[in-house]
Amino acid sequence: MAGNNDALPVRTGFLGWLNKRLPVDQFMRDQLTGYYAPKNFNFWYFFGVLSLVALVIQLVTGIFLTMHYKVGETTAFDSVQYIMREVPYGWLLRYMHSTGASAFFIVVYLHMFRAFLYGSYKGPRELLWLFGMAVYLALMAEAFMGYVLPWGNMSYWGAGVIVNIFGTIPVIGPGLVEWIRGDYGIADATLNRFFSLHVVAVPLVLLLLVALHLVALRHNGSNNPDGIEIKEKKGPDGNPLDGIPFHPYYTLKDLVGVGMFLMLFAIVMFFVPTFGGLFLEPANFEPANPVSTPDEIAPVWYFTPYYAILRAVPDQRLGALLMALSLIFFFLLPWLDRSPVKSWRYRPVRWRLALAIFVVSFIGLGYLGMQKPEGLYVLLARVFTTLYFAFFVLMPLYTRGESTSRVPERVTSHHD
Amino acid sequence: MSDHSAPAAAEVDQDRRGFLTFATVATGAVGVAFAAVPFIASWNPSERTRAAGAPIEVDLTKLEPGQMVTYVYRKKPMYIVYRTPEMLKHIAGHEGKLKDPESKDSEQPDYTRNATRAVKEQYLVVDGTCTHLGCLPKPRFEAALPELGSDWPGGFQCPCHGSRFDLAGRVFEGSPASTNLRIPEYSYRDDKTLLIGVPPTEKGVA
Amino acid sequence: MQNRWMRIAITLAAGMLLGSGAALAAEEAGHEGAEQGVDWQEWKAGNEVSNNASLQRGAANFVNYCMGCHSLKYMRYQRMADDLNISTQQLQANLIPTGAKPTDYMLSSFPAADAETWFGRAPPDLSLVARSRGVDWVYRFLKGFYVDKTRPIGTNNLALEGAAMPAVLSDLEGVKAAVFAAAPAGHEGKMVERFESVAAGRLKPEEFDTFVRDTVNFLDYAADPSQVQRRGIGLWVVLFLLVFTAFAWLLKKEYWKDVH
Repeated sequence: MAGNNDALPVRTGFLGWLNKRLPVDQFMRDQLTGYYAPKNFNFWYFFGVLSLVALVIQLVTGIFLTMHYKVGETTAFDSVQYIMREVPYGWLLRYMHSTGASAFFIVVYLHMFRAFLYGSYKGPRELLWLFGMAVYLALMAEAFMGYVLPWGNMSYWGAGVIVNIFGTIPVIGPGLVEWIRGDYGIADATLNRFFSLHVVAVPLVLLLLVALHLVALRHNGSNNPDGIEIKEKKGPDGNPLDGIPFHPYYTLKDLVGVGMFLMLFAIVMFFVPTFGGLFLEPANFEPANPVSTPDEIAPVWYFTPYYAILRAVPDQRLGALLMALSLIFFFLLPWLDRSPVKSWRYRPVRWRLALAIFVVSFIGLGYLGMQKPEGLYVLLARVFTTLYFAFFVLMPLYTRGESTSRVPERVTSHHD
Repeated sequence: MSDHSAPAAAEVDQDRRGFLTFATVATGAVGVAFAAVPFIASWNPSERTRAAGAPIEVDLTKLEPGQMVTYVYRKKPMYIVYRTPEMLKHIAGHEGKLKDPESKDSEQPDYTRNATRAVKEQYLVVDGTCTHLGCLPKPRFEAALPELGSDWPGGFQCPCHGSRFDLAGRVFEGSPASTNLRIPEYSYRDDKTLLIGVPPTEKGVA
Repeated sequence: MQNRWMRIAITLAAGMLLGSGAALAAEEAGHEGAEQGVDWQEWKAGNEVSNNASLQRGAANFVNYCMGCHSLKYMRYQRMADDLNISTQQLQANLIPTGAKPTDYMLSSFPAADAETWFGRAPPDLSLVARSRGVDWVYRFLKGFYVDKTRPIGTNNLALEGAAMPAVLSDLEGVKAAVFAAAPAGHEGKMVERFESVAAGRLKPEEFDTFVRDTVNFLDYAADPSQVQRRGIGLWVVLFLLVFTAFAWLLKKEYWKDVH
């Protein structure tokens, strides 16, 4: 329960009328001026609000794009060119949405990484972490379906490859694939249902999950870089000694973060929207062609780590299983990590080494997922996949029995 | 006391805080306004719409005297009526029954502000959208039609709410519509070709 | 203590990146094996979309030499005229085929069905070729035709092996033959030792090069017509955000004096 012990102001006039009917002042107190957050938030703590900003950008630009986009295998590609060339500022809407998708993932990955650094997934925040992981999965589904909508050649073939992965599920696989597609191959039926899911269903799911994520966060309050619970040390006024009101301190700090994010966003969007072919792939500037596969089918960069894992194993079924497991393990993290200490600042060498190896593996896999699987790359992909899984599978062993003596009583202000 | 770590009140520079708050909020507001521009502008007609709204050519050779033909221009029906000399006579003589006999409030180009509301008197070119609520008035060119009264000079009657217009498209008293039928920009390339959407000075001849 | 581990982790990551970077560089260097010879795979279009005169020339080139077969189905004549500052008279006189309106799309009159019979495939629309293949590729393609007697069409193309398109610019460029060198193992694409002129063209080599660059420049524009406007707006947006963030930062610092 957030909120300090201040009484709510006595209101008259319109505000008095309003507050009798809607808990406006109470909300302001409980969520803003009376919600105490740890005062030692650092750089890593920007990415939550930036994720929200990215979500809003995608929703707004998505709404406006849907006003002009025409779903259908004969009209979709042309309608995107119509938006780019003939709708006033249509090019801006489109680039904002495509840049926004990649920006969303950059921000979300950094946001998740913060949890690794400071043990934010540990009790009592396990559900917060699970809701967040659900958001991540929904986001990947949303991005995947969104990429199909322009009906470029990569849209078509990428959709085909990913949907075929479901075919590896024993027994129900092939039937499932046809059910997902609604046709014998990726077709108009597939495009239309992806459109509905991308524009209506998954955004609603995302909003619900984000809301639950925020409620779960506010219920216990934020973790912090030192990994100690600030509510355990309260002052005479009942507020955490190491906490500061979210408003004005973090509203203002987040404003600066948002400004910097928007600057980087604008630089990419206005000057390098394709980002060297990473954000908008060249093959997608050709219409979907069922008889011509692009030279290299690779998913967009934010999926490539999992794509590399999929390809690391020569067996199709096993590769798909491993890819699914690689995501499932994230959900198990709060229970795999046995240490009572949250922040990596106070955890021993072997944890930091494990973390470093995991990060290098994840980034390495991401890079490899973009390359042709030949030569040295094949071996490297297998090495990184092994290390990736070792990080999770062995975690209960190497995190047992960690020392706790060095965790400080009060938050510190030095940097990692 | 909401903030236990605030310094003594005297040390807080409220002027600076006020100024910076104002500067940030003002800049932010300007930013939001600028950011809204592309979204709002995207609702304007697109290039495709404007191309579809390009001027149209009408071939008049097939139009018989007394006949009306309808062409769509910018999503609106354009009525083109080949008025016979008989019909032209019926344009005058009932100014007292019209709301705006001299077309002072009417939406039309200046070069059509004359007795017949036309560039060439035999061809009436009007936007066939009733100036009341947008239905399409039906042609009632015959004079003294029984259901319209013995003093009916001929013209148009709107089926939705009963507005009546004469053979020059001017609205009668007693109609829910308050202005005469609109006239688009138009001109003639030659005797046979009407150009709707092109005024006479650019191309074509009055 | 913490700083040390951070440094170790960073060193690890940096080592990996450097290592792979070195591997990549070595791979690239392998391509550069022949210091002599024509490095056609390194040719760059080097075009400037803000150069309006070049775009106008490129537009004329396209209409005169390419539109016989290739369309730009997403580009309207009027839009091109507006963006390239081409007057209505010039547009009507030089760039629009008779009967077409300025608001029409730039479509080729080539019968697509016959194309398949004559060439094996219909000439593709070129609205987006500068983005799907890249300007450098298009540049190499237009300059990459050479005599190849083994093919019924008589020519081949360095950038597109087995191209169905004939060397339509040979009138301007002349006709050339390519003398190939043996390519080292793992090298993708042909290695050209030198070109030999079989017949001279109407244009000098530098003139033809300018012709191609202008045309590529025009195709770059055609693939993304709003790009110049986009960059112009972008500059102001970034500057504005700089000012906003500066104010926000000062405001934040002021309030955070309360916190220690």
